[in-house]
Amino acid sequence: MKDLLKFITCGSVDDGKSTLIGHMLYDAKLIFADQEKALELDSRVGSREGEIDYSLLLDGLMAEREQGITIDVAYRYFNTRQRSFIVADTPGHEEYTRNMAVGASFADLAVILVDATKGVITQTKRHARICALMGIRHIVLAVNKMDLVGYDKERFEEIRKDFIQTSYGFGLESVQAIPVSATVGDNVTGKSENTLWYDGPALLPYLETVETARGEKDEAFVLPVQRVSRPNHTFRGFQGQVEAGSIRVGDSVTALPSRETAKVKSLLIGDREAEAVSRGQAATIQLDREVDVSRGCVLTASDSIEVTDMLTATLLWMDDGPLVEGRNYLVKVGTKTLPGTIMSIKHKIDINSGDEVSAGRAYKNELVACDISLSEDLIFDTFENSEALGGMILMDRVSNATSAAGIINHSLRRATNVIWEETAVTKEHRANMKAQKPLTLWFTGLSGSGKSTLANAVEQRLAAMGRHTMLLDGDNVRHGLNRNLGFREEDRVENIRRIAEVAKLMNEAGLVTLTSFISPYESDRRSARESIGREYLEIYVSTPLEECERRDVKGLYKKARSGDIPNFTGISSPYEAPENPEIEIDTTDMPLDEAVDKVMKQIMIYMD
Amino acid sequence: MANLTHLDQLESEAIYIIREVAAECENPVMLYSIGKDSSVMLHLALKAFYPEKPPFPFLHVNTTWKFREMIDFRDRRARELGIRMIEHINQEGVEAGINPFDHGSAYTDIMKTQSLKQALDAHGFDAAFGGGRRDEEKSRAKERVFSFRNKNHAWDPKNQKPEMWKLYNTRISRGESMRVFPLSNWTEKDIWQYIRREQIDIVPLYFAKERPVIERDGNIIMVDDDRMRIGRDEEIVNKKVRFRTLGCYPLTGGIESDADTLDEIIDETLGAVSSERTSRVIDQESTGSMERRKREGYF
Repeated sequence: MKDLLKFITCGSVDDGKSTLIGHMLYDAKLIFADQEKALELDSRVGSREGEIDYSLLLDGLMAEREQGITIDVAYRYFNTRQRSFIVADTPGHEEYTRNMAVGASFADLAVILVDATKGVITQTKRHARICALMGIRHIVLAVNKMDLVGYDKERFEEIRKDFIQTSYGFGLESVQAIPVSATVGDNVTGKSENTLWYDGPALLPYLETVETARGEKDEAFVLPVQRVSRPNHTFRGFQGQVEAGSIRVGDSVTALPSRETAKVKSLLIGDREAEAVSRGQAATIQLDREVDVSRGCVLTASDSIEVTDMLTATLLWMDDGPLVEGRNYLVKVGTKTLPGTIMSIKHKIDINSGDEVSAGRAYKNELVACDISLSEDLIFDTFENSEALGGMILMDRVSNATSAAGIINHSLRRATNVIWEETAVTKEHRANMKAQKPLTLWFTGLSGSGKSTLANAVEQRLAAMGRHTMLLDGDNVRHGLNRNLGFREEDRVENIRRIAEVAKLMNEAGLVTLTSFISPYESDRRSARESIGREYLEIYVSTPLEECERRDVKGLYKKARSGDIPNFTGISSPYEAPENPEIEIDTTDMPLDEAVDKVMKQIMIYMD
Repeated sequence: MANLTHLDQLESEAIYIIREVAAECENPVMLYSIGKDSSVMLHLALKAFYPEKPPFPFLHVNTTWKFREMIDFRDRRARELGIRMIEHINQEGVEAGINPFDHGSAYTDIMKTQSLKQALDAHGFDAAFGGGRRDEEKSRAKERVFSFRNKNHAWDPKNQKPEMWKLYNTRISRGESMRVFPLSNWTEKDIWQYIRREQIDIVPLYFAKERPVIERDGNIIMVDDDRMRIGRDEEIVNKKVRFRTLGCYPLTGGIESDADTLDEIIDETLGAVSSERTSRVIDQESTGSMERRKREGYF
């Protein structure tokens, strides 16, 4: 039976990688006659010198054809007597690094092209690094344009050695260097007369036979649960793909994170009953007793899997906006998604040289090592041990973009060293003694919108009613707790995080906490809401910018307009309006008393 | 350790994708076009959730010009399998008398593209499975498995979300939706081999049989009912033909063939000299026509 090889091609526009694959498909008669016709037609209309342009087989999008470059991953399918192939053709430019990573994460092997006239260049190193990072362990180094260097053996050897030195430490299992000419066709599908000194295989025959299968004989069983199937009260099956090892009916497994064990009662592969399931199969597992398992849990026999809430990962940043310390994202590992915060950036990794560089933030297409703290325990392994439980993506909570892809390096022990101290006097006790329900009233709005005035007046009313309160105000907190923070984005994120934590502690103490901060970013307010929980009430003071600027109580807008204050919210830094605040109030033309009445009326609904 | 064949691997991948959508999306639907790819996708959905039925409905966008045998097949399969089949017809189009003879590409737009958008909006589906494969056409070759559509159902090929490993990002904002292609990595040949391996039921039109046809612009068109307009110089003849793809009968070209078993079809397909989309008339208009259509919301 035929198996499947997924590979990726990397190289720059001029290295001729689309031409190489196009030529391979053409020579091996692996394309359909009408595509062949279209190819000749296209190349007469579109391109260079009227000969067949094999690269047109692969460059699909109109924009790409016009620009003559490859901007996104294109997948091609072909098969020979020996094997089925999927090839991902990827862009080479540094600005499309993320697209290349997409292709690399999908593949088992990479064909990296080097121009024989140029040798191993910065880009070659970058491509090899990304491939290795995304888990590729087998590389074909296609030294192209051998015709332009007179099929010189010495040149080929020089490039081969250079690459092997470059890729030292990448954890590669095999590197096969092949001298080729994509335009002429040397060593593409068959051995070339022009390189009699080369005793290795041509490209296609090599791809047909290279062994890339992962998984060792005695590896431990791992299955991340995708869903629980309960068609009726007698059947409870855990569905997912086996990511490592195998298991048989009667074997015992451990469910993570609960660490309960049970024996396998029955197995299905798709809709077929089976005695055993193994790596790569779509399984449904029934256990012999009730265990606490839902989507995101893992059934396993492995003992290397971690269950903790702090880890270190290497991320490839993919978002248009920068990576900022303190920001909160949704982290997906295996089948589990949960909130996580970038606690600190350890260093950037120069994608070309591999050097570690210290940095405060990271931008699109950069590699960065950082510590991530999760909102609850995550089940994971290192990427080296397990691609399925060691790879992650970070999703932006507001735009829903995939902001980063990452690999987990190791867990941080700190997570297990600090344990939340369960106190004997509980939050409920403290609240009962004060005969009130703790709340956090989170006032957000532009500078000058009337937040602080309103918060102050609301606190007075609450105090008059005998409620125990505490007001946290922007300026006051910045004098003490947060005086080491400025107004850059990462500082603002940290400012809000600390305030949310303090508000939460005060709620624990049984207090009604009022916070009055601009808190301009939706993602930060969302983290605050999550951290504080059901005590959080968002009050959006929606007085428009023109009115705030007209009031300009502290003269700040004037300074911001003249450029004396950088990063001023509303002027030179964005304010993201809340999507679903519990209360919204515009103080333009509204007397203070009336505004307070309005807010109080709504607060009281949550108070009792 | 079981060594998976490439069909096993494709099957596992598709089932994984289908389960992810069921687990993460609020209101998914599986588009069902009655063709062979839809039959394979339906089969995979049944496998993915067994012994449960698929936890989502199926949607057929009917242009009212489908082959009669397709509609019979659809109704029979839905009945046999006990799945929920929703049919949507663009009634405005029907009332305006839109037809494939007079309205050309406007017909496809109104009865397929617009009709699909209507159905997706009406039911508020946030994810729709489609049977598209990357080997069908060059712009499809670059589309992600989870492909995002804005409020107007448009695709932005230059701004696709990165898709890493199997970590699909299924998060969308209100009004946006996803098209999900579990068969992305399958080829036409894989589809046929899988149909044979799994003994999947397909519409009889795929098998060669004597059928009444006319020849038009180099295509063999079947005269499926009396709405078919016949030109003065055209003549209905009985020929042994079969179809490689199924759609609206006046727009679907058949091929002359004696292949009336799966093995014979596969043999013909393996030695095929034409890739399958050339038998769909819309694709020949110009280079890039499919990409343009997809940006406008065509599946």
